Amino acid sequence: MIWRRRPKRRAGVPVWVTALAAVAVLFFALPVIGLLWRAPWSHAWAYLTEDSALTALRLSMVCSLWATLLSIIFGVPLAWLLARVQFVGRSAVRALCMMSMVLPPVVGGVALFFALGRRGIVGQYLDRWFDLRLPFTTAGVVIAQTFVAMPFLVVTVEAALRQLDTSFEDAARTLGASRWYTFRRVTLPAIGPALAAGSALAWARALGEFGATITFAGNFPGTTQTMPLAVYLALETNPEQAIVLALVMIAISFAVLVALRDRWFIRAGSESTRVQR
Amino acid sequence: MSLRAGVQLRRGTLDLSVDIEVRPGEVLALLGPNGAGKSTLLRCLAGLAAVDAGRITIDSKALDDPALAAFVEPEDRSVGFVFQNYVLFEHMTVVENVAFGLRAGGTPKAQALAIAHDWLKRVGLAELAAARPNALSGGQAQRVALVRALATSPRLLLLDEPLAALDVGTRAQVRRDLHRHLESFEGMAIVVTHDPVDAYALADRVAILDAGRIVQIGTLAEVTARPRSRYVADLVGVNLVSGDVSEGVLATSSGARVVIADAPAGPSLAIIRPHSISLVRDHPEGSSARNVWPGTVVEIDRLGARARVSIEGKLPLTAEITVAALESMQLRSGDDLYATVKATDIEVYPA
Repeated sequence: MIWRRRPKRRAGVPVWVTALAAVAVLFFALPVIGLLWRAPWSHAWAYLTEDSALTALRLSMVCSLWATLLSIIFGVPLAWLLARVQFVGRSAVRALCMMSMVLPPVVGGVALFFALGRRGIVGQYLDRWFDLRLPFTTAGVVIAQTFVAMPFLVVTVEAALRQLDTSFEDAARTLGASRWYTFRRVTLPAIGPALAAGSALAWARALGEFGATITFAGNFPGTTQTMPLAVYLALETNPEQAIVLALVMIAISFAVLVALRDRWFIRAGSESTRVQR
Repeated sequence: MSLRAGVQLRRGTLDLSVDIEVRPGEVLALLGPNGAGKSTLLRCLAGLAAVDAGRITIDSKALDDPALAAFVEPEDRSVGFVFQNYVLFEHMTVVENVAFGLRAGGTPKAQALAIAHDWLKRVGLAELAAARPNALSGGQAQRVALVRALATSPRLLLLDEPLAALDVGTRAQVRRDLHRHLESFEGMAIVVTHDPVDAYALADRVAILDAGRIVQIGTLAEVTARPRSRYVADLVGVNLVSGDVSEGVLATSSGARVVIADAPAGPSLAIIRPHSISLVRDHPEGSSARNVWPGTVVEIDRLGARARVSIEGKLPLTAEITVAALESMQLRSGDDLYATVKATDIEVYPA
């Protein structure tokens, strides 16, 4: 993934490019405008503070933050391995770990079910030995979200690690720093912007996760019904509330992306161009 | 404290096979053309690369010995490394950079920073302690990289082209400073360079590394007085001829005959100094010069009042004549001529 600074000069942009781009922007803007237009502004606060909405919002926050944390704990070592260690089948491993980015989330949910469900290849032992059941639990939501979100962190961090000049790590080692100390004090600060960007992307993806969650964890208010599920459900019973909840999701996503664009993507981009040899 | 390193390593086109010893307190310069394997050798000594075969020891303790399956990690070797582009940690201040090694070794923060401050004071950079590395000039960054390595009190200090990244104006000053610091450093040091001036200023002995082999080792005076490789001959600016001596003639593999004064028979090297070569357009008759070689001018370099004339032929040579002579002869590239040298001007030594 390469993030570039927008060019400053605009002279000489062909009209048809501008026109097509304008259509694209409109295409993205119209749904938001539509929601804003139909939003029941007078009742918005009431809908938002309804118990069911607050429960879903809280659950979404808790689960997506857990999913982000798990993505960092397991994804950073994975990214490091993919970026720094030559091993047989590395491309296959990378493809496997990135697959959930392109897989329909529902398929991911079904696959998780056969892996971690009560009859699943691993799930049956979790059930038998530890009395641990993941499907249709809050933990299941976290698993489903981590499954789809972690690749976003891994690709971002792996790219940053690849761009990082390894002589910084070499220098640290010759100064007496262990691998772990080197990673904490040299590598991590250097890839910090990318790690932050990757975490934010993973978090945003986890927050919006729908397909894998509803397949693997179901739709139980209070335990597995996250915001996207609540929006979907409300569409049947209370379309006005669905609009309000949808707008909340849009506001959160928009805020994350705007913050990323200014604070991290540009920094991460300039960081990569500064690598000197 | 002494270092013995037998290093054998194949990496792409590089086939490195060297045996060197650094004596206690000695500074050894490693001189050689690009791609000779200088940096790779340093990386092996530092533990950033493992040897395929051989044995690296400091004070008879094995740091890397595939035969014994011994490999000491870089952080446990007490080998300091000053990188060519300094690689200061950008997210730390200058003093934090210098304190890094001590902190990594477990020294408490306040104490490590105090020691780092002392080091900075010693190299006259105390006022830049709180600066970021990107605010430093090249010479300052070089000094910070040096004291960052010295602060860990390494037994062996490796410097990879420490002056190469500097502009000519600051290089002399930084070289003098570096000499002073290496003088007061008690451990051993290896300085990689491709500038003989650096080797002369900094090192006790010089090792010439060419295409993965040490071709010559000794003091700079010894090495330059009797070059054993084209690389050194070019550095010193003399013509080096190798061949077999018998009955007062050195015969090269290309079929040239070099008449020499007196030398024992056998494989030998001869140096012909460019200023002892005379150039004439017509074959000289009745000359005292015993050597007359035909050739063609391929290149003329003017250096002030002197000119270096490169000649192709059975015996490729570079001659040095005055610009006045060049102009009176009206020499051009492509001209045919004769190069003459007195046998007594040729220095011969066993190969």
